[in-house]
Amino acid sequence: MSASQNPVGFGEPVEKIPNGPGAAAILAAGIGCAAVGILAFAAEAWRPLANLLNFYGPVGPLSGKTTVAVIVWLVAWFVLSRVWRAKAVAMDKVNLAAFVLLGIGFLLTFPPFWALFLGHR
Amino acid sequence: MEITTHDFWTVLHGMGFGALFMLAFSGAFAELYRMSAPGAPSQVSTREQTLLGVYLAAMVILAWLTVLTGTYQIYPWYRAVPPAGVTELAEYPRRLLLSSGKTSEWHNIGMEWKEHAAWLAPIAITMVAYVTMKYRRAIIQHRNMRIGVLGFAVAAFVATGIAGAFGAFLNKYAPIRGGSVIILMGEGK
Repeated sequence: MSASQNPVGFGEPVEKIPNGPGAAAILAAGIGCAAVGILAFAAEAWRPLANLLNFYGPVGPLSGKTTVAVIVWLVAWFVLSRVWRAKAVAMDKVNLAAFVLLGIGFLLTFPPFWALFLGHR
Repeated sequence: MEITTHDFWTVLHGMGFGALFMLAFSGAFAELYRMSAPGAPSQVSTREQTLLGVYLAAMVILAWLTVLTGTYQIYPWYRAVPPAGVTELAEYPRRLLLSSGKTSEWHNIGMEWKEHAAWLAPIAITMVAYVTMKYRRAIIQHRNMRIGVLGFAVAAFVATGIAGAFGAFLNKYAPIRGGSVIILMGEGK
């Protein structure tokens, strides 16, 4: 999915920037959005996980769900940007994966969808 | 004229940050499309690129301020648990909504979706700003990247719309009340 090019920095002439850094940011955003949805659904489905994610009492499990999701997003972004920083990747496949992950994020945050599996709403 | 601290924070979160963030999308969509659409001028000035970068950076800041104030400043008031024996639930919005079958779904669907979906917006708009600023006019050379950026910008807008709309309805049925009084004008009572 990639072909090596020269690594580039933030202020480098734009025409030379491979699509790798942009693809890394887009896919990582998809991963971060999916993480929000997956954690929301998982915490609803499994109460011990909700308790585990209760990082800050006044906010409850939402504090852990969002904190972990943001960490997942940033770590994914960091790793992908390191791997793809000088590469040209198949952007159409990255987009497809990112949009599927984004869709998962929206779907799994939607409470009526939880009811399809958990049946208690 | 006075306002409580809880009302102040709710207005700051919803109108000061959230609504301003939402309003900013119209300008962002127009400029992102103008600069990256096929047939766009190949030589967009450095000033225009810088302005778009500043504009998107401001949106990123607004998005994060919105979710952080919503989650860590206002949400604890929303989900506060009344002491045993308290039957007046006006200062306990979550319990107030759940106390009636006519309003419980505003929490079960509205608040539950809002509190999670809202977090998709800052993640998405941060990526949009980063990619736009990094690639600048060269993004025109990456058609699929433009699609990805615009798609996530739309997703951020939708997530903000979900959160904003439910926030407005929730504030109608179970407003956040309480806190100390701030006198804005006059002497108060």
